[in-house]
Amino acid sequence: MIRTIEEINEKISKDEVVVLTAKEAYDLVKEEGVKKAASQVDIVTTGTFGAMCSSGVFLNFGHTEPPLKMETVKLNSVSAYGYIAAVDAYLGATARSSENPEYGGAHVIEDLLSGKRIRLEASGTGTDCYPKKDLDTKITLDQINEAIMFNPRNCYQNYAAATNSSDTRLYTYMGALLPKYGNVNYATCGMWSPLLKDPEYRTIGIGTRIFFGGSIGYVAWHGTQHNSSKPRDENNLPIGPAGTLALIGNLKAMNKRYVRGAYFEGYGVSLMMGVGIPIPVIDEDMMQQLSLGNEDIKTVIVDYSVASRSRPIVREVSYQELRSGFVEIHGRKVPTGSTSSWALAREIATVLKQMILEKRFFLSEPVEPLPKDRIVKPLEVRRR
Amino acid sequence: MSTEIVKKKLILSFSPELAELPITYHLVKDFDLVVNILRAQISPEKEGRLMLEIEGEKGKLERGISYLQSNKIRVDSLEKELFHDKDLCVNCGLCVGVCASRALVLDENDELKFIKEKCVMCGICVKICPRRAFKIEL
Repeated sequence: MIRTIEEINEKISKDEVVVLTAKEAYDLVKEEGVKKAASQVDIVTTGTFGAMCSSGVFLNFGHTEPPLKMETVKLNSVSAYGYIAAVDAYLGATARSSENPEYGGAHVIEDLLSGKRIRLEASGTGTDCYPKKDLDTKITLDQINEAIMFNPRNCYQNYAAATNSSDTRLYTYMGALLPKYGNVNYATCGMWSPLLKDPEYRTIGIGTRIFFGGSIGYVAWHGTQHNSSKPRDENNLPIGPAGTLALIGNLKAMNKRYVRGAYFEGYGVSLMMGVGIPIPVIDEDMMQQLSLGNEDIKTVIVDYSVASRSRPIVREVSYQELRSGFVEIHGRKVPTGSTSSWALAREIATVLKQMILEKRFFLSEPVEPLPKDRIVKPLEVRRR
Repeated sequence: MSTEIVKKKLILSFSPELAELPITYHLVKDFDLVVNILRAQISPEKEGRLMLEIEGEKGKLERGISYLQSNKIRVDSLEKELFHDKDLCVNCGLCVGVCASRALVLDENDELKFIKEKCVMCGICVKICPRRAFKIEL
């Protein structure tokens, strides 16, 4: 080890820290080599911004007079889950409005963050301690007690790209897939993506402080469907979906620029989230991983026309090729589209760098490492 | 009369009874215009819509448009039809892969560029943009 997180934090305090974004670190290693770059750089910042369906907020509304146990809860006609405690609810990003299918939980979250007034309808059975049976009011983010964003699965470590071999257009969470390999859509932000820069979770673990939606948040746990035992290639990278992160933070402190509602035609609502993670350069191996570029990082293109959990793989592809605007499939040039914003991924890495340089962000030591032996089990449906 | 050559993209909307009028024939034959059909939605029982790129001498083009209008065909210019809202857009580029005319591209800063001249108003970006950042106002 060439430096510890404690030493890096000291350097931040003394204005001595050297922070580069993922792209700057890539360029530096190209020029100076891994060894020299590792000796110079303390932190490399990463970023990602894209649809992360597995997102939502815990809200505590406060008690009415007389109190109501909110069992059914609706926010702007979007159902939230109310069976947590009397006035707590969890609003899932993908929940849809009963009035407008293009509006959902993610849009309520964006509207709350924008300071808009949200209609709250709630009802309960009425009990001795909670005699009130229903309410219909307006709330704002400032008025309510807590808005804790807790996202069970964000920051997928390398998502699979999608195409469609069939004769009909498909509408998916990966966007519209045109017939006969008409396009290829991908989701991961390549060399900007946090879990591709620390692929073995050497510095990212439970308790890691992160940039979350414009504010400071934390890695709360490994994310759902964390598939960390996936085989790695010669660059230590999983080809296709692997690890995930569960993230927690304060919605009230977030910036609406990095938290946006989305609607995918024919699929539904999702939340676009911005996440940034600083990677401490603890040794040369870490710098080696951090220096990987889009040409070194690969994913698989899968055929979404097969409506099965095991979709056939069309081919392997590098992010450099995906980002060029076209990929070759069966000898034909196929246009590509991204569901994530690389412009915002870069911006997040840059903002995070600035926060560190201005001593507004210090690194944290993980409390526990993320598990490295997890697989994703299918659900077998049995009659009995 | 002006002999300046101009090119225009137009959307023609016409009622069901006009669906059988051979308008492109007349535009070519009577007004000496180069007509390129970009999109067509014409069915005998319903209102028809035709997206054309028309090129020709300015005066002849104007007379051609007057001819269409005198036949009760609504003529809308396409210049301001597709609106890209940069505040709503997050520069993901999901639209880029489905834009057949390459009017939507990501630039070297990973930001979305809308090249209006290339747009053929297919409308697919309007439908697939997860941020609803495109609008067609007709």
